[in-house]
Amino acid sequence: MTEGVAGPGLRARGFVESQKLANPDSPRPVEPGAAPPPPERKTLSRWIPALGVIVAWVVVWYLTDGKDTLSLPGVARTALHDDLTEINNDLLAGRDTNPVMLFTGALADALRSLVEMMQGIFSKPNLPRPVPEIGWLGVTACSTYVALVVANWRIALLVLASFLSFGVLGFWEQSLDLLIITGISVVIAVVVGMPLAVLVGTSARANRAITVVLDVMQTMPTFVYLLPVVLFFGIGIPSAVVATLIYALPPIVRIAGFGIREVPTTTIEATDSAGQTYWQRLLKVQIPMARKTIIVGLNQTILAALSMATLASFVDGPGLGKPVLAGLRINDVGTAFVPGALIVVMAVMLDRTTTAASERAEKVARGGGGDPRTRRILLIGGAVVTIVAVYVSRTYVDLARFPENTLGSRIADVVNDVMDWITGTFSGATGAFKDAITNGLLNPMESVLAESPWYVSGLGIAALALVFGGLRAMITTIICLAGIWYFDLWHDAMITLNMALVGTVLVMILALVFGVWMARDRRVDLGIRPLLDAGQTIPPFVYLIPVLALFGPSRFTAIVAGIVYAAPAAIKLVADGVKAVSPTTIEAGRSTGQTTWQEITKVQLPMAKGSLVLATNQGLLYVLAMVVIGGLVGAGALGYDVVYGFSRSEAWGKGLAAGITIVLLGVMLDRITRAAADKRRDDPGPRRAFFVRLPIGPPK
Amino acid sequence: MRQPAMSTARSRGARLGVLAAVATLALSACGGGSIAKETEANEKKAAAAGGECGDLNMAVNPWVGYEASAYVVGTVAQDQLGCTVNYKELKEDVAWQGFGTGEVDVVIEDWGHPDLEKKFFEGKGDGTAMDFGPQGNIGIIGWFVPPWLAEEHPDILEWENLNKYAKEFATSESGGQGQFLGADPSYVQFDEAIVSNLDLDFKVVFSGSEAATIEAFRKAEENKEWVIGYWYEPQYFNAEVAMQRVALPPYETGCQDDPQTVACDYPQTELKKIVGTDWAESDSTAVDLVQNFTWTNDDQNVVAAYISSDGMSPEEAAAKWIEDNPDKVEAWLAQ
Repeated sequence: MTEGVAGPGLRARGFVESQKLANPDSPRPVEPGAAPPPPERKTLSRWIPALGVIVAWVVVWYLTDGKDTLSLPGVARTALHDDLTEINNDLLAGRDTNPVMLFTGALADALRSLVEMMQGIFSKPNLPRPVPEIGWLGVTACSTYVALVVANWRIALLVLASFLSFGVLGFWEQSLDLLIITGISVVIAVVVGMPLAVLVGTSARANRAITVVLDVMQTMPTFVYLLPVVLFFGIGIPSAVVATLIYALPPIVRIAGFGIREVPTTTIEATDSAGQTYWQRLLKVQIPMARKTIIVGLNQTILAALSMATLASFVDGPGLGKPVLAGLRINDVGTAFVPGALIVVMAVMLDRTTTAASERAEKVARGGGGDPRTRRILLIGGAVVTIVAVYVSRTYVDLARFPENTLGSRIADVVNDVMDWITGTFSGATGAFKDAITNGLLNPMESVLAESPWYVSGLGIAALALVFGGLRAMITTIICLAGIWYFDLWHDAMITLNMALVGTVLVMILALVFGVWMARDRRVDLGIRPLLDAGQTIPPFVYLIPVLALFGPSRFTAIVAGIVYAAPAAIKLVADGVKAVSPTTIEAGRSTGQTTWQEITKVQLPMAKGSLVLATNQGLLYVLAMVVIGGLVGAGALGYDVVYGFSRSEAWGKGLAAGITIVLLGVMLDRITRAAADKRRDDPGPRRAFFVRLPIGPPK
Repeated sequence: MRQPAMSTARSRGARLGVLAAVATLALSACGGGSIAKETEANEKKAAAAGGECGDLNMAVNPWVGYEASAYVVGTVAQDQLGCTVNYKELKEDVAWQGFGTGEVDVVIEDWGHPDLEKKFFEGKGDGTAMDFGPQGNIGIIGWFVPPWLAEEHPDILEWENLNKYAKEFATSESGGQGQFLGADPSYVQFDEAIVSNLDLDFKVVFSGSEAATIEAFRKAEENKEWVIGYWYEPQYFNAEVAMQRVALPPYETGCQDDPQTVACDYPQTELKKIVGTDWAESDSTAVDLVQNFTWTNDDQNVVAAYISSDGMSPEEAAAKWIEDNPDKVEAWLAQ
């Protein structure tokens, strides 16, 4: 049906890939393709004015050091913050009368009873029954069977193994809770998101408007909106579902909308000439033709939901996030590690299942799908086994409640021993490394950024935005800076910005080293990619503790956590970008006898510049998102303000102001880097590859 | 071609059926107790528990000592009164919001939150929460240094001498001044004001969480590093490393009323129980239990150490303490 669009060898691998699927004409998704303009000279010409701005800035800083920095002590607040706090108090006081609050309250009750009903069926004792309606054996059998139906036997085995690991490692109930929250959020995200995606895909104006909202939703660090969500939806399940929904909605709207928009106009015109209505066109042509991209969007939405549902444990959301958080509270890596690893297992399971399901759907649509008779037997046999399993799991306690064992706690002990050894052995070296980076890079940059008068820093940032991103980027930057100034947290914002910048520099160093290495050696790629996948999926709290043990409470600790969070995405982008450099270009270079070093620096990296800038963009946003969590480990600044506002009602307004400030910083950084990326290239490229959650999985 | 395929299919189907039957038998043989029996037992137990307890929504604030109190009360309520106990891991502020909606019934260890009392207590706020009396623990907040430091420089335990050592406390985070390790943002604290009002050459760097502070103290004691920070008692970690308190100008009534001008030490706090008004007026049998509950700092430290040092789950830790202290538990259950 869509021969050219979706070749059989291509797998749905995420947004960047989906662009490739949808644009067979533009040969490479990230790399600008053949013959980029000579980048060397352009780079030079941009860095000279930038250097000029920086030198002027440093001179002014030196002369005015410490004046008008707008610094505000950690637990101090301004009148504006108190006004914002009043909003919170008023809403809280009016929760029995305010119609909006009544509405969200009713919604919250509905969500709560829905989730509690599902918990009674799958995860929690449905009193007076001592166990859920369907025990572990039944749930495992059902899930395996579903995997068999929608995908294939290999995926069914994967699902079976995953569910067994939930139970064997001792987190059956929490795992099922996490799946329930994720599942409900995804269903709502699809119900709400698909109509929006159709709007985005069919109307240019709606696309522009919705994109702005999605940008904000995706820049806002997840921690920030937990605060207002709790205000409107209350503690626990409802807030967990709503926060997860907010985080999971953008991918499906963006990617499905993209898929619908990219259906070739010729096809639409051809079918229009047959006199079809709007609905016929939508349901018979656009959506079916965009199906593959829509599934990619669904996949991304599921993974986003999973990661946010984990974070929702901060507001007492049920699931695997809770034991992870408990481990953080008692400072026990091992306790947090096992549920953290199960989250990775779950992510891999969901990712592979949706991918395989879409492949199978594709095959069936093409008339493939294997021998129907064998399949029918398999399905009937599976159904019988499943029904039996459900029945016995409703009858016998041991088949309903997963038998206890000590494997999970033994693994936790081993992890703790390993961590103790690492921190005991290396904490001297890591301390020295921390001090070197802090004194050599972090502190000097922070002095200039945060200890200059605010108008000097503002001017400097705007000038750099002009140099790197052009006039439009500068205008956005000025608006964002004005907002930051208005919310009274300028000094903290500069410190946080500095942390994000230093973190991104380190991320890019890692991305260049590992990205190039992976691109040049497939075995390295195969070896490293699972680690990157795990780094992307594992909840940040898990590695917060060991990082803390190695580096102590400091800004650097937050930066390291940010690097762990951001590096996988950046490394993958660079690796894929470098890999995509056309082999003929490399061959041509080799024939002139260039060295490996020359090949990398003169050919591969310059030609992959588009993906380097994209990686920088993603790196900045990921690191910025993590810097908030850094408030928990002594990084201070905006992260601390958010945590502070979240935990003390009299400072609620300050927390909100800090949250908004982070969004403004994110939008600013995103616009500058994106404009810088666009400026470099003539082709349209993946301009909308904004804060994509990169797909996980082995290299192509 | 067709015929043999069909027969294979049929025989395979038959084989599957047999397999399923065998599996059912095998599983039922090893399946253990029957769920129907346990359901019946549960129903009987609920009926026999005398008076309905119903749900008990116990907030769990983020420090281990709190967790110890919460799970001990919760375990007693569950095992002896037949309550369904829901533990909700929440920060203090969020927990107080839940009294009004019935999402939270009990905050078992409150360190004093005047602003929250203003919002939620009868007479000052909407009346959804009420004070349920002291829970027996005495809270001590203050500035602490690791024991090795107190031993080698005994004069450091007086605040007047802190400036003398300020340079030693400097870190990469403190910009040339001494570093003072501030606490989790949700705790009651005035350290920035104290530092500036006593003219101390220190900068408050917030550790951000109990875990981060413990990690810093532990490392400092091991490697003889200079650390001073906000710390408190009851706290299980003091059994591992006996943190030493630095004397600040003594607390007098009212000296902490204006957060900006605080220049005195923290008072000793009688920790108390806060409960939802509606729940307290209900006929739940757990109301009396929570009202009667008191224990000592030592009791709490024992349970907290079970949880954090011995790696027990909070439920196990609570159950072990309850088993070891039947007389105390009995007193809470007396009418």
